Amino acid sequence: MLSQLPLLPVLLPLLGAPACALLRRPLAAWVFSCAVSVLALAAAIALLAATWQQGVLSYALGGWAAPWGIEYRIDLLNALVLLLVSAMGAAVLLGARASVWREIPEHKRTLFFVAYLLCLAGLLGIAATGDAFNLFVFLEISSLATYALVATGRDRRALVAAYNYLVMGTIGATFILIGIGFVYMLTGTLNMADLAQRLPAVGQSRTAFAAYAFIVVGVCLKLALFPLHLWLPGAYTRAPSIVTVFLAATATKVALYVLIRFSFTVFQVEYSILALPLETVFVVLGVVAVFAGSLVAVFEPDLKRGLAYSSVAQVGYMVIGVGLGTVAGLQASLIHLFNHAIMKGTLFMALAAVVLRLGGSTYAQMQGVGRSMPITTACLLLGGLSLIGVPGTAGFISKWYLVTAAADREQWLLVLLILAGSLLTAVYIWRLVETAYLAPRQSPASIAPRALEAPAGLLAVLVVLALANIYFGLDTRLPVQTAGGAANGLLAAVLP
Amino acid sequence: MSDSNGLLLASLAIAPLAILGIVLLRSRPNWREGVSVLASIALFAVNIGIYHSLQQGATLSWRSGEILPGLRLELAVEPLGALFALIASFLWLVTVVYAVGYMRGHGEQNQTRFYAFFALSIGCVMGVAFSGNLLTLFLFYEMLSLSTWPLVVHAGNDKARHGGRVYLGVLLGTSIVFFLPAIILTWWSTGSLSFVPGGLFPENTDPRLLSALLVLFVFGVGKAAMMPFHRWLPAAMVAPTPVSALLHAVAVVKAGVFSLVKIGVYVFGLDQLAAVDSREWLLYLAGFTLLAASIVAMQKDNLKARLAYSTVSQLAYVTLGVLLAVPDGVTGSGLHIAMHAFGKITLFFCAGAILVASHKTEVSQLRGLGRQMPFTMAAFLLASLSIAGLPPTGGTWSKWFLMLGTLDTGALVLTAALVVSSLLNIVYLTLIPVRAFWRFDGADEAAAPTEVREAPLACCLAIGVTTAICVALFLFPQPLYELVAQIPLGGG
Repeated sequence: MLSQLPLLPVLLPLLGAPACALLRRPLAAWVFSCAVSVLALAAAIALLAATWQQGVLSYALGGWAAPWGIEYRIDLLNALVLLLVSAMGAAVLLGARASVWREIPEHKRTLFFVAYLLCLAGLLGIAATGDAFNLFVFLEISSLATYALVATGRDRRALVAAYNYLVMGTIGATFILIGIGFVYMLTGTLNMADLAQRLPAVGQSRTAFAAYAFIVVGVCLKLALFPLHLWLPGAYTRAPSIVTVFLAATATKVALYVLIRFSFTVFQVEYSILALPLETVFVVLGVVAVFAGSLVAVFEPDLKRGLAYSSVAQVGYMVIGVGLGTVAGLQASLIHLFNHAIMKGTLFMALAAVVLRLGGSTYAQMQGVGRSMPITTACLLLGGLSLIGVPGTAGFISKWYLVTAAADREQWLLVLLILAGSLLTAVYIWRLVETAYLAPRQSPASIAPRALEAPAGLLAVLVVLALANIYFGLDTRLPVQTAGGAANGLLAAVLP
Repeated sequence: MSDSNGLLLASLAIAPLAILGIVLLRSRPNWREGVSVLASIALFAVNIGIYHSLQQGATLSWRSGEILPGLRLELAVEPLGALFALIASFLWLVTVVYAVGYMRGHGEQNQTRFYAFFALSIGCVMGVAFSGNLLTLFLFYEMLSLSTWPLVVHAGNDKARHGGRVYLGVLLGTSIVFFLPAIILTWWSTGSLSFVPGGLFPENTDPRLLSALLVLFVFGVGKAAMMPFHRWLPAAMVAPTPVSALLHAVAVVKAGVFSLVKIGVYVFGLDQLAAVDSREWLLYLAGFTLLAASIVAMQKDNLKARLAYSTVSQLAYVTLGVLLAVPDGVTGSGLHIAMHAFGKITLFFCAGAILVASHKTEVSQLRGLGRQMPFTMAAFLLASLSIAGLPPTGGTWSKWFLMLGTLDTGALVLTAALVVSSLLNIVYLTLIPVRAFWRFDGADEAAAPTEVREAPLACCLAIGVTTAICVALFLFPQPLYELVAQIPLGGG
């Protein structure tokens, strides 16, 4: 059993998806997918524990030894991403019922859960595999499932958003495929560890440069790094609420993982950071993303769309960490990857509850929501404070590590910019707080109708997520140590 | 010793318990206010207990698990914190009594929310007072900003909304852009955030770094209201008067200057502080703030706005005292935190009493009011003397030590600034009750209403207590002085 462990988190949802399609009743499909995702989570937890104890785990798929067969290779970084994705995947599903029943037409519900499991399998597969081409396959599985998920809602504008995402996502995936093709041509292998050994010999060729460039651009498209973020706000806004929670908490995180894996393992640090000017590119684009995303979020009348732009900004923070090119920077980036999943999970989950009861998430609709949905609004506030980086929340830990990492490089301007970005976050979060808690400006008729809290299932998940923001702000061992171990494993041999 | 540490945790736990009680009893106002009174009495008793164990030489401290590698939440009691906690908790008790009279007399809405966040704010103040390192201080400092926001916007109208934005914008903004990087830089260069007598920085620290850090700290602690980051304090005056009285004359603003004193004494250490290059111009900036705020205050006709600018000015005294980096300056700062607290809270109580009893908010409307509200106006007179630093009030002593401090350093310009500002105090504060009693225009002397109409008894009671303390501290400043003199200055 233990020897099969690296495969389990991926295999469970991958096999669960077709089995789920056989269930005709949506409720049964929901219960089944919940069970599958919880089992996947259990496997991911066991995997993280095993990685801490035994170091890197390797699993040869079908008994074919690497580099000919496909290898699943789990180090701390993989285990961290697997844990995060499976945990958020399970949490979101557990709270999903009410929202899915409200937003998805009945005949699509079973298929919705099938697509959800496929997407989960794809994302977990990306995070588990040690094979470059296998990674591309899982990327496509998750992407195709995502396009379908975005389009399942009743809102017909979702079709346009899904189409936009499909076009951009396919371009990104094609770029990645071209890149992988080039390195295969150069080295004759697809196994990542194997590639890492063979690439330095051919690293100075134009093909290698082109391969890396294609891969970085392709991944940045999936990551929604400014200015390649155009698909994200539309997809997040129009997708059913539950899909938005899931995507915001997992999809960009996995894309960041791919960026880190290709930059620091496949093409090693000497190449990606030291030989190419990527450091500057990532830091500059990251900073621009922080400010552009936050500024749009400040003026956006719909909170869901505003938070989508905020995700663009937060991706900026993570990329800044990568671009610092130090162990501390990478650790900060990974910590923020973990914490941001929790914050945005909380925020979008709360919005799912708001949309469920109020029918929308514009500021106008949310006037006085603090009175009609006190628990939901409190969770929204907690997530928001965490996003700002108030001490005592997970967001503070992220900011602390990122600023310390920038200070280590003595980049004082960057320190200032990172913190100024927090201020912009405070502006749009406070706009929300004023809307929710203060008496409305307009006539009393525009006050939200007396609504109740969301059903217990959704609310319970929401409260757990919100409290996780505080828990990981006070007990930081899990993200900090795992991220530290992962960053050391990737970079320590080369960089300070 | 473990009992004493229990006291320390109790001082933090009382506020959350009080909130629970307040919310549960929301439909029974008398019981609800009873909870606030009981909690404030309990908190004051706990703080007296802490004071006594400190006097007996016990070290009270508490540490959490590691939050960041090598960093924990730490609580520790030292003399300045004990003083601050004692004052804040005692004045909470007085303010609750006053608030019962004020909030009911004024017919305010949402009183449950009001009392709950009031208790939360005081809980955060206890956290600030007993914080054992910069991280803990910062945590409670930010929580204090956030938990006072609902009190500032209590009225819920556009004016309150705007005031709340300026309030939180300045406080949160300065803390994120200046205070947090200052803390992180301190951590980055010394590997510690603990409060250590004599300071954290080794001898060979880059002087440019120290200069930059001092500037970041002084501006970052926005609650100290150093110009140009003082605008939040006048903006906060949209809050109900008890909030202005306790939080924006005592708890919040004193949390600011208290943090600065702690940073000066325990992070820099007086010896190191004296050598920091940027200290000099920050001193003169404090001198400027102190004068400029007085001059602005003179031009404000709204009574609460005038008091707010007076607070800005008095806070600059405290900041100036620390920045002098001599023992007399620190003593003066510590004493002034206490003396100004009692004086200014009395003034705000009077302003609120005037509003409740006669619905007057402007200084120009107060002429002749001494006949209707003789008690309130007499209290106003004494408290304004304390702010100006004149006998027979406690303010005399803190100003005395601050003047000594400026003389110790030979900065005669600053001595002059202190003197001029005190004179201005007399003009813009003391003349108010004088004019209320004696009408110089004399035109419609007979037409003025003469029957006494004071504010509700609860308000007058509170005013009486704080005024009495202002006077008593002139005669018996010894306990406060002894406590402040115990601050370990690291041989400086």
